[in-house]
Amino acid sequence: MNINEKLDIKAILSDLEKYRPRRRGWIWRNQHPIDLGAFHYVQTSDSLKQSVPLPSARHLGHIDPQPDATITTEIASGRFEDDIRRMRMAAWHGADHIMVIRTAGQSHMDGLLEGTPQGVGGVPITRKQVRAQRKALDMIEDEVGRPINYHSYVSGVAGPEIAVMFVEEGVNGAHQDPQYNVLYRNINMIRSFVDAAESKKIMAYGGLAQIDGAHNANATARDAWKVMPELLVQHAINSRMSEKIGIKPDLICLSTVPPAAPPSPDIKLNLPYAIALRELMSKYKMRAQMNTKYMDSSTREATVTHVLNLLISRLTSADIQSTITPDEGRNVPWHVYNVEALDTAKQAMVGMDDLLSMLELKKEGYLYETKREIQERAILMMEEIIALGGYFKAVEAGMFVDSGNYPERNNDGIARDINGGIGANTIIKRHKDYLAPVTAHYGYNNVEQYDQGSKENPARLIGGCSFENPELIQYIDELDENDNVNNRLEDTKTYRHTSLIKPEVQWLGDGIITVDLFFPTDINTAEAAALVVAQKLHLANPEVIHKEVLHPAEGTRIQLKGMVQFDIDTNDLVLPEKEDILDEETILSYVKKHEIKVIAGTGGSDEHSVGMREVLDIKHGGIEKYGIKYIYLGTSVPIEKFIDAAIETDADVIMISLIISHDDVHYKNMEKLHHYAIEKGVRDKLILLAGGTQVTPELARKHGMDQGFSRGTKGQHVASFIVKRHQQMYED
Amino acid sequence: MKQRPDDFTKRREHLKHLTDEEIKVLFEQLTDQIVDPLLELAYTHTTPAIERSVLMRMGFSSIEAKILTEKMMDYHLLEHGAGHIVYRFSKDEKISIREAGLKLMDTKYLAKIAEVYHEHQ
Repeated sequence: MNINEKLDIKAILSDLEKYRPRRRGWIWRNQHPIDLGAFHYVQTSDSLKQSVPLPSARHLGHIDPQPDATITTEIASGRFEDDIRRMRMAAWHGADHIMVIRTAGQSHMDGLLEGTPQGVGGVPITRKQVRAQRKALDMIEDEVGRPINYHSYVSGVAGPEIAVMFVEEGVNGAHQDPQYNVLYRNINMIRSFVDAAESKKIMAYGGLAQIDGAHNANATARDAWKVMPELLVQHAINSRMSEKIGIKPDLICLSTVPPAAPPSPDIKLNLPYAIALRELMSKYKMRAQMNTKYMDSSTREATVTHVLNLLISRLTSADIQSTITPDEGRNVPWHVYNVEALDTAKQAMVGMDDLLSMLELKKEGYLYETKREIQERAILMMEEIIALGGYFKAVEAGMFVDSGNYPERNNDGIARDINGGIGANTIIKRHKDYLAPVTAHYGYNNVEQYDQGSKENPARLIGGCSFENPELIQYIDELDENDNVNNRLEDTKTYRHTSLIKPEVQWLGDGIITVDLFFPTDINTAEAAALVVAQKLHLANPEVIHKEVLHPAEGTRIQLKGMVQFDIDTNDLVLPEKEDILDEETILSYVKKHEIKVIAGTGGSDEHSVGMREVLDIKHGGIEKYGIKYIYLGTSVPIEKFIDAAIETDADVIMISLIISHDDVHYKNMEKLHHYAIEKGVRDKLILLAGGTQVTPELARKHGMDQGFSRGTKGQHVASFIVKRHQQMYED
Repeated sequence: MKQRPDDFTKRREHLKHLTDEEIKVLFEQLTDQIVDPLLELAYTHTTPAIERSVLMRMGFSSIEAKILTEKMMDYHLLEHGAGHIVYRFSKDEKISIREAGLKLMDTKYLAKIAEVYHEHQ
């Protein structure tokens, strides 16, 4: 794949019926210490071939250390073809576990969905959709140089079929936990557990990593931090069941979320729990997820909570570090927030590298006692489950997701009837001649009635099943002639195949923008005023997505979204000149060889010196950093004085700052400088540079400068230009 | 569950003298006591979803698997295994597994098979 080219969705969709996944099963990161730039890291893994480092890496030699944990992003905008583009962006920011959320209601569909219909809050998981995304991820993983795990859900009333399809299509991980079906989807409990055994057996065969559903208890319970004992019980039930069916413990991943979030005392509540869990379930892997329960519409607040969650991960352990997008409290995640969440995880984990080599968790006092108390409470809960007559009886009694800290009960748990729920009365006792002539089938299977020798390999009866013979797989393209990817691509083809573009948050051409506003008013007035702003900006479907009181009377912050109703033609755009900037090493070594002296100051009657100081001073990363010497003449320096000072000190460069632009005085001063240099016979020995907020490079050159610099100029830009021009003058 | 106060300190009497290691062992033993009956139930039972998943592995599409399973359920044949019915039919008729399954969509064959099974019982 060419990094300058977009993914061609049509090409991915073509020949899909012939596509076969390149591998099965989960792949962990290759973990090891690493030296990068000036630093030694301990909790790290292989670097990527191509990636986007954190923004500040610019000052640290563009290093991009990858943490040891697999990092997850959840992508599901409802249109899988747009999600594929987001997956590529996410991979470049460090995601190697891409989780696809299912469309609302899929867990109640008794059978597989096919084709590519549009989803709500997720995508309909179908063979075609899975195959197209796995195929795209093959290309993306080659581009970044790291295997990417693809993941979705094996739950609902079609779990076993989904599991089969996932193994056939090379899906690498899945959520599987019958308790989730029972408690949150009201699927019959017996059906859920019988189906789950088959699903787990299939996943074990395919080497899929399994993630459980326990974290939903703290997302659902009224007081999330009181549900900790139950979380241990839920994890234990699903993990042990999976292990006994044959999933390897190192692929059994516990989905654990720090249940509390600020303003509660986060770490004090969450750390003892995290230790209690990891101690009791030491043979399994931890999928550390971020808190969603206490998310509001502030992306800043969510990010801080998530960083505290990452601290828990580093103080204990995380084999998979999942990320929650900070906008999840206000909309289905947008592209940029997937990337922000990934960068948050990478930044925090690398920043806390090797933390426990410097700290020790206390083995007595509050931390130990609280941890132990949570474990004992979990044991007491299990004892009562057994006393009641087992798991089903306990669910019937409403024991789970109660908001009381067990053994306290608040009579608000989720109770289910053993004969109720979706799929009730569909469980069938196997006859003594029951047979399933396939691989990875759980339970009683009378193969020997036909062939004693096939007992260990029932699929041998039919010459192998689809797991051994993928050509047996029946591929269905589309079932709905209206609701499918081809029509959606047709609808948005303007934005795929012409020079027109639109701003976008999740779907190509969606046209959505956010506007960040402050009004010096109370919150109600601000919200109403924001909608007027939207109207006057001609934004369609405006909606306030976040509001925050700065002071009840003095002011309110509003974030507003709306749709622009125009296209931008990229052919009409005037792009700023792209300057090749020399890297820091090249500048440093050049300046070491050639002494370069600069005369600087603000020119004419200009007193604005802040911008200039930033380009000069070492403190701000100015040219001084590269060994360039400067003499600062001060502010409001007469134009002639620049030239006279340059002659006197044998300087090579003049940097003049010209902020005031009234009546084009800045350009007039440039010309004056240029002509005075000619008059003194030194123009060809001097590099003349002008800078200022209203200076454009083209006009500066037109008015006699070697170059002009505008807003956003950094020391490196100027130093790079000076070195290049100096080189032309003296070396070429 | 009926409301009740937090009586942890009373209930934990038998736990408080255990070492951390003993706590872990007890936790695992209790887990097995909860999980084992669930596994036994799954071992001896099946569901339409499991049978559909078997048929898919035998080379049928999700749609074909759904139709076949529903029809076999109507004839009370799932207890023998949907894959079993197809396998047996293909052997008896000397046709491929796929041909057998597609032919069984015609319920007259299923009715006949059901008759034979139910006579045996």
